[in-house]
Amino acid sequence: MLTAILVASVLLGGAYALMAMGLTLQYGVARIMNLATGETLMGAAFGSFWLFTAMQLSPLLSLLFIVPLAFAINWAIYRWLLTPLVRRAKNQGMLEVDSILATFGLLFVIEGAMLAGFGGNYYSYSFLAEPVTLLGHSFGLNRVVAFGVAALMALALYLGLNRTRYGTAIRAVAVDPVAAGLVAIDVPRAAAFAFALGGALTACGGSLLSMFLTFNASMGVVFTMKALIIVIMGGVGDPRGAVIAAFLLALVETVVAALVDPGLTLAATYLLFVLTLLFRPQGLMGRRT
Amino acid sequence: MIFPMQRREVIAVVASTAALALLAGLPLADDGFWLALAISIASYVAMATAWALFSGPTNYVSLATAAFFGSGAYVVSALAETAPWPVVLVAAALVGALLALATGLATLRLSGVYFVIFSFGLAELIRQLVTYYQTQVTGSVGRYIFVTISASEIYWQLLGLCAIALFTGWAIQRSRLGFALRVIGDDETVAAHSGIDTARVKVLLFCISGALIALVGAVMAPRFTYIEPQIAYNPMVSFQVVIMALLGGSKRLWGPLVGVIPFVLLHEWIAGRFPNHTHLLLGMVFLLVVYFVPQGVSGWLEKAWRRIRGESA
Repeated sequence: MLTAILVASVLLGGAYALMAMGLTLQYGVARIMNLATGETLMGAAFGSFWLFTAMQLSPLLSLLFIVPLAFAINWAIYRWLLTPLVRRAKNQGMLEVDSILATFGLLFVIEGAMLAGFGGNYYSYSFLAEPVTLLGHSFGLNRVVAFGVAALMALALYLGLNRTRYGTAIRAVAVDPVAAGLVAIDVPRAAAFAFALGGALTACGGSLLSMFLTFNASMGVVFTMKALIIVIMGGVGDPRGAVIAAFLLALVETVVAALVDPGLTLAATYLLFVLTLLFRPQGLMGRRT
Repeated sequence: MIFPMQRREVIAVVASTAALALLAGLPLADDGFWLALAISIASYVAMATAWALFSGPTNYVSLATAAFFGSGAYVVSALAETAPWPVVLVAAALVGALLALATGLATLRLSGVYFVIFSFGLAELIRQLVTYYQTQVTGSVGRYIFVTISASEIYWQLLGLCAIALFTGWAIQRSRLGFALRVIGDDETVAAHSGIDTARVKVLLFCISGALIALVGAVMAPRFTYIEPQIAYNPMVSFQVVIMALLGGSKRLWGPLVGVIPFVLLHEWIAGRFPNHTHLLLGMVFLLVVYFVPQGVSGWLEKAWRRIRGESA
């Protein structure tokens, strides 16, 4: 039982880690608290669903379309929708309020578009729904594959941020945008890139989740909450913290769903959030400022 | 310290009392469509004003209106058959205040972002908890509300709540609490350094705001007849209250009032003409408000008014 829960939570944690890394890039580097992140996730899930049912395209192949598309859309959102807010904000606090409001509106626009296209029904599709045995328990092959892809993406992001010149520039913007400008980093461009990359990672997480979850157009809020809490718990702007916190959240959720009641997973998420706020508001990997 | 009042304020009080008395006569003229519309407007005026009481001066955007509204409605479904109506209302206000207290204690010591995040998922959290409780303990998710209360009575109670919300806002503005709030809104660090217990002020105000919104939920509950978590904790309520308060301008007491009326009419029109695209269109309207009316209609009107006065003087 214990190993079954542990393995299941690790498999779920992979996709959570992707969406949380996406959000931590958007919030930590571009300084946009994106409340529509769950809708990006659901949008990608619907995209994979549609490509699979209408075109018989494997969700793994559909990633090749969905992820670049999400990158382009998020770039456009940052460039055309959010840059005016960044320009008009007199200080960090004002940008925070404005970006919260703008992405809150965006949430309803995207959700509305999905409701108009797919209605309020629940959707799922059957892809690689075969059992595989891991450590003596059987799991869906789709979950295992999703975890593998998520791990690869996370590794690529880690190497990109830590081993390349542009990755270093992005991390510099996360630490201090003003100082980053002083050493000739194009801060607006780095912010736009980070926002777009974050959206692409979130979309990738959504496509992977759609392989084994049942979803509907109004579920975005729950995933946004999860992503936000993972980001706070891990420490804003730190992808390593996001990964650790994602697995922690997946573990707590899986334990609650298996031992107490599946209807209380959000309550478990909130419990983690409150504990973080009470005991370590700067996050696991964060430093006090 | 409410007294002494300035002449302007005496005029404002007399005028709003007269307006209230006039509005209270509406059910005598019509008890169909117009009364229903007036109930909708009055409920949103009360909620948006209560929302702006807290979020206006502090700049802490609360996305949890539906959580308070739904909890107020649920108190009615739980108590209405056993307790007299005033007791039910007091209980709803208490539940709203307690919910705000818990949220405030968890988040308001910290920066505003944590509060926004907490409030963002709060309605969904409580919806799931209520669903869980009902499936585990009572066995059925929905509930009927049998309260013999007419639409006119609901309307009058809502008008009363509007008056209470506006009066509370006015009294707070004139008090030490209101002054402390304005300092917090301008610069929280300065507020803390001048000896204001910022966390206490914010929590207290959020409790007042939450209690008022829960009261609106309680008063509106008999309109639903049948109540289930999906209906009571509808995220659209949070969304609409924020957009109305922003459209009107949350920095002025009368701002939300100005925002509610055009928005309720617009919503009626959109919901009637484009029932399948209501979400999408309202989202776009929201974005338009955020981008093009950042100070709200009230800020815009005041600017225009000052320009007229400046030119004529």
